[in-house]
Amino acid sequence: MAAVTSSPSSSAAPGNGRWTPLFLAGPAALLFAALVLTPLVLTALLSFNEFEHATGRTHGFTVGHYLAVLTDEYYLEIFLRTFRVAALATAICVVIGVPEAYILSRMRNPWRSVFLLVVLAPLLVSVVVRAFGWSMLLGPEGPINAGLVALGFGRARMLYSEGTVIVALVHVMLPFMVIPVWTSLQKLDPSIEQAALSFGASRGTAIVRVVAPQILPGILSGSLIVFGLSASAFAIPGLLGGRRLKMVATIVYDQYLSDLNWPMGAAVAVLLLVANLIIMLTYHRVVEGHYRRRLG
Amino acid sequence: MSFLELRDITKTYGTLNAVSDVTLSVEKGEFVSLLGPSGCGKTTTLQMIAGFVDVTSGSIHLDGRDITRAKANTRGLGIVFQTYALFPHMTVFDNVSFGLEMQRVPKSERRARVEEALELVHLAPYAGRYPRELSGGQRQRVALARAIVIRPPVLLLDEPLSNLDAKLREAMQFELRDIQRKVGTTTVMVTHDQAEAFSISDRVVVMEAGRITQIDQPYRIYEHPQTEFISRFVGKTNLLPGTVKAVSGAYASVSLAGVPVEIDSQSGADMGGKGGALASGETVTLCIRPEKLRLTGAGQGRLPGRVSERYFLGSQWLYHVDGPLGTLMAVTPNDGSAPLDLDAPVGVDWSPSVVRVHRGAMAEAPDPALEAH
Repeated sequence: MAAVTSSPSSSAAPGNGRWTPLFLAGPAALLFAALVLTPLVLTALLSFNEFEHATGRTHGFTVGHYLAVLTDEYYLEIFLRTFRVAALATAICVVIGVPEAYILSRMRNPWRSVFLLVVLAPLLVSVVVRAFGWSMLLGPEGPINAGLVALGFGRARMLYSEGTVIVALVHVMLPFMVIPVWTSLQKLDPSIEQAALSFGASRGTAIVRVVAPQILPGILSGSLIVFGLSASAFAIPGLLGGRRLKMVATIVYDQYLSDLNWPMGAAVAVLLLVANLIIMLTYHRVVEGHYRRRLG
Repeated sequence: MSFLELRDITKTYGTLNAVSDVTLSVEKGEFVSLLGPSGCGKTTTLQMIAGFVDVTSGSIHLDGRDITRAKANTRGLGIVFQTYALFPHMTVFDNVSFGLEMQRVPKSERRARVEEALELVHLAPYAGRYPRELSGGQRQRVALARAIVIRPPVLLLDEPLSNLDAKLREAMQFELRDIQRKVGTTTVMVTHDQAEAFSISDRVVVMEAGRITQIDQPYRIYEHPQTEFISRFVGKTNLLPGTVKAVSGAYASVSLAGVPVEIDSQSGADMGGKGGALASGETVTLCIRPEKLRLTGAGQGRLPGRVSERYFLGSQWLYHVDGPLGTLMAVTPNDGSAPLDLDAPVGVDWSPSVVRVHRGAMAEAPDPALEAH
């Protein structure tokens, strides 16, 4: 009898209820653990191994690599540059992406579909190909420099600068800002903006006072994605920053493949992960804390 | 000139006329409802008054001023939206205060007016809450307070009660009317619910396929519907097709499926406005409201019948009576006496004055009351 009903009073049901979600989430959780956590744990363990240029990696335990990174100005500068570049790229993505998403949401079909495709199209092209595209465009013999020379200005050195890396990062990351903001705009009741207008607000005031606060969660998640991906980006700084402009991901690569100092590379990678986590969690807490009660 | 005037306003989407030649005059302080099934153009009309939808042709005048092309944010109207459209990131107080802020009302006066408005809708203790912490009825009242606090010349209500449950809807109807009387604001409400429109409006505007088909007091619309559509849309009605057999002075004899019925020969005049007395041989449709039919003992009354269904509605009984004219609906008050049994033979009677006559044949349209939802 009890087996037939799903009444909450039966003693078997709550037990089932408790284990069902765990059971259902199990396979995905296992896959995740195997593919994400295992390499992470191995990397973390590796970072504590000792390293000698003569003998290579040994299995002794040391925190020396961490101390080296944290006390060496060379590394600190690269970390600072990485987060500065990521923060600027994120800020520019907010400035461009949020209005873009808003305009997109106000368009009617078929234009909306067409422009949404335009926004997403860069994702269909490999990052490496796009980085080469930028380097051809901005290179000394590229069309921009040709134009500058034709107009009587001198050649400008644009490659291998922070600005170029930021521009290319913005180009790559923009869809990751537009999509979450667009999603939260879709959830907006259009009559709320009409309400603001009907009470005498100008369109600008309506956007600032009424629309923007409601899409803040979208802007928040968009900027977390963009910041996280930018701070750990490898291909773009590698190809457009070159040897001169190093970022954290590129020195990890150098440590692994040029110096063959795997433990050092692992230590830098772990530090990047931790720093990224701290920055993102703080940002999340500060911004979302303001709006938790209001928007739920 | 009236306070709010719509003159021949038309809204065209492509080749579709959403609203055609709507002309309406609303007096200061009046409560007018636009009533009709969904897609009849009532909401589009309201949105044109609000300024959210452009008028294709015609003009709108408010207090002598032409506002046809004025932007929504310069009209100063108070609007209550169907979804309430409260600002979710602002407290109740800030929601109500928003319109006053936009009008640059000084802070101290703003505070006093917001508190007064919240008092009026009995929400003063909730000023610090966010909309999502309120019930549906409370949100509705915040929306109302937000609209009246700016002292708008006209209050526009877009299906204001449709998201509330039945019990609350009824209570809010009376409260809405009470508040509107206290503030004295000219109000235009859009609704598809005839009970709602009838109970609180001074006048009801019935719309059908983008056009106004009748503007009248609720009682007049119920008792003297101008079209067969209205008689079906507002309340229940028995529609009986027949042919005029003979006209003699004040009376006409109509044959309903072979059953002769006497009616007032002038009663064609108030239906459809075509005027004039009925002529012999004319096709007509008689309308009799179910509550106007009297069920008498078997063998009495105008027609014989047999109870085929009965429904208990609390204060009333609704009977379906099979007879020579098909199935008729009859409503009797629940006065405490025993109801009629199924299959009981009865007589059906009515007084000639309750019969409304539509000229022409009955359209085979589906029940509009069902379409409305």
